[in-house]
Amino acid sequence: MQEQEDTDIIFKPIYKVLILICIAFIVLGALAIYFYGPNQSQVEITEVDSELIRDGIHVRTGLVEAGGLQTVITNCTTCHSSKLIIQNRMGVEQWNSTIRWMQKTQGLWELGANQKVIVNYLVKNYPPLEKGRRQALTNIDWYRLNE
Amino acid sequence: MKRRSFVAKSSLGSLAALLGVDIVYKELIPSGYTPVALQDSDPFDLFSKDEAMVVLNDRPWNMEAQAHLLNDAITPNKFMFIRNNGIIPEEINEQAWQLEINGESAVAPKTYTLNDLKTKFKEYTYQLTLECGGNGRSEFNPPAKGNQWTIGAVSCAEWTGVRLKDVLADAGIKDDAVYIAYHAADTHLSNNPTKEPISRGVPISKAMQEETLLAFAMNGKPIPLVHGFPLRLVAGGWPASTSGKWLNTISIRNKVHDGEKMGGNSYRVPCETVAPGETVPEEEMCIIESMPVKSLITYPKSGALLKEGKSLKINGHAWAGEDEVSELEYSIDFGSSWKSAHIQEPKNRLAWQHFNATVSFPKKGYYEIWARATDSRGNKQPMVLPGWNPKGYLNNACHRIAVKIT
Repeated sequence: MQEQEDTDIIFKPIYKVLILICIAFIVLGALAIYFYGPNQSQVEITEVDSELIRDGIHVRTGLVEAGGLQTVITNCTTCHSSKLIIQNRMGVEQWNSTIRWMQKTQGLWELGANQKVIVNYLVKNYPPLEKGRRQALTNIDWYRLNE
Repeated sequence: MKRRSFVAKSSLGSLAALLGVDIVYKELIPSGYTPVALQDSDPFDLFSKDEAMVVLNDRPWNMEAQAHLLNDAITPNKFMFIRNNGIIPEEINEQAWQLEINGESAVAPKTYTLNDLKTKFKEYTYQLTLECGGNGRSEFNPPAKGNQWTIGAVSCAEWTGVRLKDVLADAGIKDDAVYIAYHAADTHLSNNPTKEPISRGVPISKAMQEETLLAFAMNGKPIPLVHGFPLRLVAGGWPASTSGKWLNTISIRNKVHDGEKMGGNSYRVPCETVAPGETVPEEEMCIIESMPVKSLITYPKSGALLKEGKSLKINGHAWAGEDEVSELEYSIDFGSSWKSAHIQEPKNRLAWQHFNATVSFPKKGYYEIWARATDSRGNKQPMVLPGWNPKGYLNNACHRIAVKIT
């Protein structure tokens, strides 16, 4: 019994010190993560990737590399995704009316001389495709079906 | 036990550290839910969607199914399309959530907590077909602007909630009521706090239908965040944009609602048909109400290679907005001849109906199986694209799959 109490007396201060060290470690670790962790890596990723062009495609946005790309990125991807641009194919008239609609209802600013640059980029790189009244089935992924 | 709870706490603590702010109501966050600010860019993870779902847009999030993914009788969350107009609300406190009933034709504004709705009113469960008005837009020619949905912006889940008409009756509704409008907690893409991403609604007659719900559960569980947690207006058979997510206000209007995406070309088609590509003045556009008759072959997946002499069992679903589907036919010769498939009764009004057939092929070759539904008014799905409209809504052309007999 006496021996047991003695060890407790010796152990307790050590235990406290250990806990303090652990807490200090956790706090420092959290601070390190907070200040140097994700923020830094996020910045690095954007810096490296934002300008990258691969096979004629601007990697970050998926947009075609061509005259007007930067103007499109600056004005058209602030509010919505570039995916919305890429999947739409329209003529000059329709793009202009879409821009008017965004200005009227969605908070898009006046584009000035940039409007022409943007619309030219869009009709040149994303022209309408003639689809007719019903297209043939394409990209069929054939597989063997055993019924 | 203690160590475990320390681990659990420290992981939420480190989340808070990463965010730089404390997570308010962290004890109320459902398990498995990740605060939006921490969400990574993997939408499949984020929204618990199947990897075969197709992302059309990531700001706002829009995602569709493929035909073969929709084979379940009741669409599970993982195969349910996502159509968002704005930014998903970030902080949702279910306990403090309120629904306000107001508007010119409300007797007086009245507020309900979720608990009020659940305890004061009788609960109902219905299977309800929700299809995006723009489902099939990608096929229109000249192209129509917007998300280029193919065929997968449709679902039929089981929704549980209280009837809107019961709540409206309790709140008090004036005789001059024309429309109900929803307002919700999502925010505009431009981050402009005065703008709503979308605020639509339905005429009083639709609001008063038994199946029009203020839903708090989908497929027996709380509604997934991306589909409107904790409260959603569900108006089956109408463009899914009338089923407002993250619902916090119903306004009883004495006129047709004039909220965001009610006017202009949004969810409207020319009142009288126009030639493809024609410019249509705004005043000649009419609001879409019931969705048209349509069907999908959900089994087999398109592209099946089959041995000669084998027959093929096909199945799928058909729906017809406010109406019922009375007949489902299929053709393997591009519409030269049609055969009837077996079609089931709907589980309830506005639920999609299941069909099946056994198809046999006369000889080797490339085939397409086309499905064509007919509604109770005799309207059939067209084989080619229906009437062109500026925004590419209501494409109910027949669905088809490719099959090769070898």
